[in-house]
Amino acid sequence: MTAARPAAGAPLLEVRDLAMHFPVRRGLLQRTVGHVRAVDGISFALAEGETLGLVGESGCGKSTVGGLILRLLEPTAGSVLVRGRDIAHLGRGELKPFRREVQMVFQDPYASLDPRQSAGAMVAEPFAIHSLAARGEIRDQVARLFDRVGLRREHMQRYPHEFSGGQRQRLSIARALALNPRLIVADEPVSALDVSIQAQVINLMTTLQRELGLAYLFISHDIAVIGHISQRIAVMYLGKLVEIAPRATLLAGPLHPYTEMLLNAVPIPNPRLKRKHQRAVASEVPSPLNPPTGCRFHTRCPLAEARCRSAEPVLREVRPRHHVACHLR
Amino acid sequence: MSVADGTRAASFVAAADEVLVEEHVPAWRKFLDELRGSSKGLSGFVMIVLVLLVTAFSPYLMPHDPTEQIIAHRFAPPVFDGGTYEHFLGADNLGRDILSRVILGTQTSIAVGFLVVLIAVVVGSTLGAISGYFGGYVDTAIMRLADFQLSFPFILLAIIFMAIFGPGFWSLVVALAVAIWVNYARLVRGETLKLRELEFVQAAHSIGVRDATIIVRHILPNVMPSMVVMATLDIAWVIIFEAALSFLGLGIQPPTPSWGVMIADGRNYLFESHWMTLGPGLAILITSVAINLFGDFLRDTYDPKQARL
Repeated sequence: MTAARPAAGAPLLEVRDLAMHFPVRRGLLQRTVGHVRAVDGISFALAEGETLGLVGESGCGKSTVGGLILRLLEPTAGSVLVRGRDIAHLGRGELKPFRREVQMVFQDPYASLDPRQSAGAMVAEPFAIHSLAARGEIRDQVARLFDRVGLRREHMQRYPHEFSGGQRQRLSIARALALNPRLIVADEPVSALDVSIQAQVINLMTTLQRELGLAYLFISHDIAVIGHISQRIAVMYLGKLVEIAPRATLLAGPLHPYTEMLLNAVPIPNPRLKRKHQRAVASEVPSPLNPPTGCRFHTRCPLAEARCRSAEPVLREVRPRHHVACHLR
Repeated sequence: MSVADGTRAASFVAAADEVLVEEHVPAWRKFLDELRGSSKGLSGFVMIVLVLLVTAFSPYLMPHDPTEQIIAHRFAPPVFDGGTYEHFLGADNLGRDILSRVILGTQTSIAVGFLVVLIAVVVGSTLGAISGYFGGYVDTAIMRLADFQLSFPFILLAIIFMAIFGPGFWSLVVALAVAIWVNYARLVRGETLKLRELEFVQAAHSIGVRDATIIVRHILPNVMPSMVVMATLDIAWVIIFEAALSFLGLGIQPPTPSWGVMIADGRNYLFESHWMTLGPGLAILITSVAINLFGDFLRDTYDPKQARL
């Protein structure tokens, strides 16, 4: 595949200064009165076979990042490089080879499957669109994918409403795997499922990663799930990355006060165990329409100083492979 | 908890996840089950099937040549008004058999009904889907065109069409299709606006499916149930308005038998020979009631949110 020829040493995915500002239109003339800065200049890289967890509260722009990487949204600025090739400005036809590299698993197992399409047809669609298999072979390929994700072959002619939540998510994964991608962007793939089913789906994803050498960008608001599956964790707040580090480092010694707050919010299954830093999760998330000046977290930060209100901290490497955007570290 | 317990628990969880799954039932079986349970749907369905059978086999069912004029039988009364079985529904002012003409008129009504709705569905859903899917100026243009068209009273619109193209079968069909395409454009646009934001459309994008294919394969099938309901009810509306326009002389032209034309002819003899209007009038009534019953049933079953209380 020429379009996806690996540039020497380029990571599988690299995001540079990516930004997405949604215009807010009001009034009769639909004048733009402001922008929701859903994603406001973030950069990170993801290696072949790696799992990067992207965590943050709802509304911080994590799903938008997923949409931008898949080019479901047109970025306002910045670039998305897949094996060194910028896909943020490719035309429709040029995007097609890239589709085979990066696929997505969506959050809502009810909305992400076409209710009028049978399970088999759904998984067969990518093969047909990319002419990956002859007509007669598609069925076999689909059957093999069904085996792979733990669905029964006999269920191919069923419709989505005839599946349970966990099975639907397996179906979603099978569809994403059809193009044999190198990277799967999983946007909250388990948050709509029961806890017991969550574990099954996560185990399936880990097995697939081991067998196929997949890389995952795992987006979730649940830092416990992220901590379970990821090798590296990126923490997002109001459209910005505030901290990014290998899992063990981040979980053991978070540097950003926001990360600390998220970790503290994880319930400890022992009522007698007192939390070390019991800090009230202060107030609500400010509006991304009008984000706070300086450090965006200063309105909720227990350690905020004067400079936090005026100067915006940049993401810098304070320890090896541990990046944080905070004036105090 | 031992390891064995753990695996048993896991398989129990897997089983629990499967229990939620419904039995796979083909769509046509569900339809028949629903139909059996609804007297409204069943009676409408049976009547429609009868009307369609009459349409299909009309040449074999007509007791007389519908254009044959038997002067001696002018104004022959129907069986239930002292007539003979020779003319079951009586004969008209020219001595033509009314039953035969009503039977042949079925063809006209059904043809107009289905053709008009087919054209309206194709044109309306295409424009509606484009409008809703792409939005922006295209959307504004199509929707303003729809508003413009809706601002004309239908009869006036029909008169304009007949004035331009001259009355006849095709100008009637076009006039009626123009009157109702807006229904489909608006319905499909609204549904498309809702559907295009759903994740399965995003999923199709991420697989690399083209916009046109997404509309045809993923959006339109999801609008289909609402569209079928609307189309069914519209067929009845079209049949009534075909009759109305033909009655006014704006539609089907004699000698092609049309229920509307027959009623118009009978109007002059309403007091002496009521059967000239009775036959075609009953035909219109039965057909439109049948279609409405069946359409109501479809709506209750497949599109409950559209049902008005």
